[in-house]
Amino acid sequence: MTGPLDTGSPRLRPGVRLTHDHVRDTDMVLLPEGVLVLNETAAAVLGLCDGRRTVAQITDVLRERYDGVRAEDVTELLADLAERRVVSLGDRQGAGLDDPAGVRPDD
Amino acid sequence: MTEAPLGLLAELTHRCPLHCPYCSNPLELAGRSAEMTTDQWRDALSQAHELGVVQMHFSGGEPLARRDLPELVAHARGLGAYVNLVTSGVGLTGDRARALADCGVDHVQLSLQDADPARADRIAGARVHTAKRRAAQAVLAAGLPLTVNVVLHRANIEHTGEIIELATALGADRIELANTQYYGWALRNRGALLPTPRQLAVAQQAVEQARTRYTGRGPELVYVVADHYADRPKPCMHGWGSRQLTVTPTGDVLPCPAAGVITTLPVENVLRRPLARIWYDSRAFNAFRGTGWMADPCRTCPQRHTDFGGCRCQAFQLTGDATATDPVCTLSPHRRLVDALLTEDAAPDDTSQPAFVMRTQTAS
Ligand SMILES: C[S@@+](CC[C@H](N)C(=O)[O-])C[C@H]1O[C@@H](n2cnc3c(N)ncnc32)[C@H](O)[C@@H]1O
Ligand code: SF4
Ligand code: SF4
Repeated sequence: MTGPLDTGSPRLRPGVRLTHDHVRDTDMVLLPEGVLVLNETAAAVLGLCDGRRTVAQITDVLRERYDGVRAEDVTELLADLAERRVVSLGDRQGAGLDDPAGVRPDD
Repeated sequence: MTEAPLGLLAELTHRCPLHCPYCSNPLELAGRSAEMTTDQWRDALSQAHELGVVQMHFSGGEPLARRDLPELVAHARGLGAYVNLVTSGVGLTGDRARALADCGVDHVQLSLQDADPARADRIAGARVHTAKRRAAQAVLAAGLPLTVNVVLHRANIEHTGEIIELATALGADRIELANTQYYGWALRNRGALLPTPRQLAVAQQAVEQARTRYTGRGPELVYVVADHYADRPKPCMHGWGSRQLTVTPTGDVLPCPAAGVITTLPVENVLRRPLARIWYDSRAFNAFRGTGWMADPCRTCPQRHTDFGGCRCQAFQLTGDATATDPVCTLSPHRRLVDALLTEDAAPDDTSQPAFVMRTQTAS
């Protein structure tokens, strides 16, 4: 079975922003109601989620930069970030499903 | 060790064209002439950024009532902060939404009063529901993500299902349904706002049904439970003076938006003292940090690092002692005070709707 993690190109969801906080010297994700402090791996992965690269391509880029990158770790991290509504996995087959902003009021 | 704050709630003004009886703003509302100027707000935002704030919530009152809102948004965004606009939506035209998006608003939180226009307008004390629907469209058209916020109470809680449907149809990415917290005007109207247990069950069920329906798609649904009906208190503000600070229209700096009710604490002001000094050194911010201030039963309770003994404002409002265990906790010797409220104000068979005291601006 293939799912969005195999075929999709993850992107940051609307209203989600990556930043480097100079006071704490750390990478962060800023969300509508809160903040996630990122470790180096998570920051690197999120920095590559541009809505064009597939998960496999993201993993390839990470492998050029770091040793010992495991595909299942990248997948797991992205699944977790999708669960926390940081990224949408952008599965083209399911396009629109997790994009309620596409719905317009009927009046 | 005290950590730097992450979030700032900037209450730009108390002015507001609505009259919500559930409003958490204080009964004594600051008038326009008492508000900080644009330059004073800019300086407060800069100080907050230097202190470590990465998220700025522009609220009020109605933030759109400040003509300098675009400038303040641009300033906050220029500092790199995440800008969240918390608004009733009244006055949020397509042009204005686009301009604010250009200035750097990241996200809009739009409040509704109910699903049905007539009922919603009655709660707001103004004809605003239609304008709010247009505001939701304006937000989406400006390309901004939308959270719809609804405060639940006796007069609207049974319509939770319809409210979720409306918010979804309006294009909300996130729906926040918050049972009323009893501060300010809401405390004044508690007798008319407290829901009955039966009403709460109706709401709970509507939320669960919507969750099932939207699993894996649709908007994120956040439901904030009715504090008085819980047997443990809310972990208020993630602990006093730990993550967020509030600046009021006049520059008062508070550990939480309601903290002004604790009359035994000195009130700090950003026009008189640097924000960093207030955060780290002031008596107000240090009064209930950590667990050292706690009395029994919190002092030795294993839950004290998770719920921080509950809400200091509620403890003060109900017992007169800000260091008391939040009376919502069934371990508190004062829990009967909360139970008495529930039996007096929200008897199970009580379907009456006492009159609201609508929020009004005092002349000042
Ligand atoms: C005080 S309002 C100011 C912003 C704007 N006037 C509005 O109502 O959306 C800030 C937020 O708090 C919510 N709110 C107001 N009174 C509340 C209460 N008593 N308990 C919980 N939330 C409340 C509002 O729905 C709004 O989302
Ligand atoms: S809750 Fe209602 S009355 Fe209070 S500031 Fe918001 S819109 Fe105005
Ligand atoms: S006694 Fe205090 S710390 Fe323990 S659960 Fe109750 S409020 Fe929380």
